[in-house]
Amino acid sequence: MLYALYLSFTANGSFVGFDNFARVFGDFRFLPAVQHVAVFVVIWLVTLIVLVTVLALVVHAVRARWLSATARFLFYIPGALAGAASVMLWLFMLTPSVSPVAGLLNALGLKTFTRIVSLENLPVVFTIVAFWTGAGGWIIIMYGALNTISSDVMEAARIDGAGPFKTAWYIQIPLMRKWIAYMAVVSLAGGTQLFAEPKILALASRGVVPQEYSLNQLAYTIAFGPQADYNGSAAISIVLLIVAMGLSAIFVFRGGLFDRD
Amino acid sequence: MTATSLRVVPSAPAPARWLGRVLAIAVLAFFSVFFVLPLAWLLLAPTKSTTQLDGLHGEVPFSFGSFGQLAANWEHLTHFQESIIWTWLGNSVFYSVAALVVTIVITIPAGYALAMTNFRLRRALLITTLMVMLIPNTALVLPIFLELSAIHVFGSPLAVILPFSFFPFGVYLAYIYFSTTMSHDLLDAARIDGAGEFKVFTRIAMPLATPVIALVGFFNFVGNWNNYFLPFIMEPQTQQMPIQVGLANLISSVETFNPTNVASTVISLPQLALATLISVAPVLIVFLFSQRFLVTGLTAGATKG
Repeated sequence: MLYALYLSFTANGSFVGFDNFARVFGDFRFLPAVQHVAVFVVIWLVTLIVLVTVLALVVHAVRARWLSATARFLFYIPGALAGAASVMLWLFMLTPSVSPVAGLLNALGLKTFTRIVSLENLPVVFTIVAFWTGAGGWIIIMYGALNTISSDVMEAARIDGAGPFKTAWYIQIPLMRKWIAYMAVVSLAGGTQLFAEPKILALASRGVVPQEYSLNQLAYTIAFGPQADYNGSAAISIVLLIVAMGLSAIFVFRGGLFDRD
Repeated sequence: MTATSLRVVPSAPAPARWLGRVLAIAVLAFFSVFFVLPLAWLLLAPTKSTTQLDGLHGEVPFSFGSFGQLAANWEHLTHFQESIIWTWLGNSVFYSVAALVVTIVITIPAGYALAMTNFRLRRALLITTLMVMLIPNTALVLPIFLELSAIHVFGSPLAVILPFSFFPFGVYLAYIYFSTTMSHDLLDAARIDGAGEFKVFTRIAMPLATPVIALVGFFNFVGNWNNYFLPFIMEPQTQQMPIQVGLANLISSVETFNPTNVASTVISLPQLALATLISVAPVLIVFLFSQRFLVTGLTAGATKG
């Protein structure tokens, strides 16, 4: 980490101040990459927070134990495919000739693979893939958080005449806030790191998905491409690192989730 | 409270309750399908030929091909490029297991030390652990690469195993576990009986820590097995790749995605599906066996925080 910091401020061993940063920020691929990542992160976070909260509440509200446990397990299983395998699987799901949901894709006017992975659709595609693999774990964590709400509180709400929706809105969601914030911070930091998904789609789409779609990909290309510019690459990764560290610092110091001392 | 709870609790009128229940079931059913459907497809696809998968002769997407076709796909895939898939799988096993061992050996004592002893900078160390834990590991890939290539470890198995073994989340889990469940009295008793610090740890603390060792091991193994970015950068040579990176590499041999290929090197879509399935099989098996602990134990671990 320190070495990357050192590299980002030097060139051929001598100190150059913010030159490396200025150079990569000026790169014609930098701004689009920032935009791609930002759009993805916004769509991804909103989807994740809304759906995970709703699903955790529903799973928690189900009376039958076996049903609730089965649902949690089914939601969690795709987590086993996190990484390249999940992208590969969704590659199949989004290839109309073999997809089991080809009818649905057709109905949406998406008839070819290259049409589906066109630039404007990518944030949604990545959101679906990320939600498919990652949501289950969060649902289980939120379910655990819901379990810690004392039954007295729930009972009191029920006696006061609150239905399941009112209870969720005025009692459960406010008490889950800390966990939702935790999920948001971790996912926000993770989202900015997008790499495997666009990388693999780039391999599969013959250039429809650019090689420098996300910031991490751009950093990779700058370091390993014809430029072989480790200093510039280090500058990008330092920026990403600062964003990630800033987010986690806010959470460690303000969140209070980890105060045990 | 005591007076009211004796009375019959008024609840929502019957139609509203009924509506809520239907809504809940509908939501659960929809998302169950969403999460399970792709998996079901993945299990069935390798049993088909390319034309069957395309459904050109009216095959239903969720039908079973034949065992003969499955065997043929298996045969072709496992012989592709001199059985490269087994090399990749072997690499994955080697990297993940080696990292797992190192992780356990480091994180459990580290968590124990943070929880049970007092020393200067303990709080600083704890805060550092938490902060690094929350940084997504992909953010560290390029810095780690630059570092490892500076000390010339790049391209060797160590270049993957060392970063894989860096697991602050494991330290945190062990720390939480020891600080909430381990009693100082028990350890003191052992010390009075003449056990040295090392013996106290190996004979008393370690056996009691089995659940947290399993938990740390689970997260570490699954995370490392599925890691793509780090090995992708660290192991550019085909022979050194773990299966996840190799899998992505296979795409360039698939005709649908890269039609310029020479016929002899082609991998068909059902074969690619089979490769995907093989690549996640170990993790999937671990998941199925730890089903109970995942649904309940994970919650217990998480809510302790």
